Amino acid sequence: MNIFNLFGKRPSARVASDRLKLILAHERSGRGGSDLVLLLREEILAVIERHVAVERDKVQIRLERGIGVSTLGVDIELPVTVGGGLAAA
Amino acid sequence: MAKVLVVTSGKGGVGKTTTTAALGAALAQSGASVAVVDFDVGLRNLDLVMGAERRVVYDLINVVNGDAKLNQALIRDKRLDTLHLLPASQTRDKDALTDEGVARVMGELREKFDWVICDSPAGIERGATLAMRHADLAVVVTNPEVSSVRDSDRIIGLLDSKTLKAERGEKMEKHLILSRYDPARADRGDMLKIDDVLEILSIPLLAIVPESLEVLRASNVGCPVTMNNPLSAPARAYIDAARRLRGETVAMSVPSDKKSLINKLFTRRAA
Repeated sequence: MNIFNLFGKRPSARVASDRLKLILAHERSGRGGSDLVLLLREEILAVIERHVAVERDKVQIRLERGIGVSTLGVDIELPVTVGGGLAAA
Repeated sequence: MAKVLVVTSGKGGVGKTTTTAALGAALAQSGASVAVVDFDVGLRNLDLVMGAERRVVYDLINVVNGDAKLNQALIRDKRLDTLHLLPASQTRDKDALTDEGVARVMGELREKFDWVICDSPAGIERGATLAMRHADLAVVVTNPEVSSVRDSDRIIGLLDSKTLKAERGEKMEKHLILSRYDPARADRGDMLKIDDVLEILSIPLLAIVPESLEVLRASNVGCPVTMNNPLSAPARAYIDAARRLRGETVAMSVPSDKKSLINKLFTRRAA
């Protein structure tokens, strides 16, 4: 315990422990199975590719792991040329 | 009946080789016959830590391939005649280790010794899974630091799935050695506490080995720390760990920051 802790600054070891518990809870739940994020990305892309040619490097994937809930964000840049097609569809 | 123990960690540099040498020597000092086996093919170091680097003729791969007999490759310790080393190859690749060859050598070692201690390479690749494959029990070496704890968690998962014991549906016995523990840093809140690591990894504690100059001194001179300075704090921790492995009940000694206030004032500045 040092004087900084009295003013509400969390000891770094406390932060380390909390971070570890969170990430390991996720890693343990995914262990043995396939990587869910990769699987979701491939399946989402497959659905879109049925209608639009998608460039793989124009796909952004964000994952935020939380305690109760995690969010997966997939941003897919669609080529301008298919804009009309999409509007018509 | 021989026991095969793997010393593993996932992360490198946490003290696997130090632990293998120290536990092997401590068990041998109590009269058991012990073989320590280096599985770190290409990066062997157990020979150096044991002080036998100039006596290596044949290695694990020679024995696995049948180029040498086990007895020709085993190096008997000069200080302790119950302690033996089977070195890794320095020049070959880990792919030279065949599953069948390793199984045969482990079978031969089981017949000759009371304890066979396998020093695993870092990582989770084939070398590490081969080192743990035939183990009856595992010692997971962890430093109180985020990357080491995470890697240990991964290794624990492999011990429960990739070993022969796990494949037979049996429970793999696992023990934690928390090494390079610095009580002063833990007290200040800058190092994960023992209870934090135990709660996260949830395997039983075998020893807490404090960060110590004695470990460096022992490796400098090529002598397991339990023989080089048996009264030092790390040696006592390993000797107690060996007694627990043999089934004795030994109270856990927790390193504490015993320095005087004056001493603390001077050393904190440097820390």
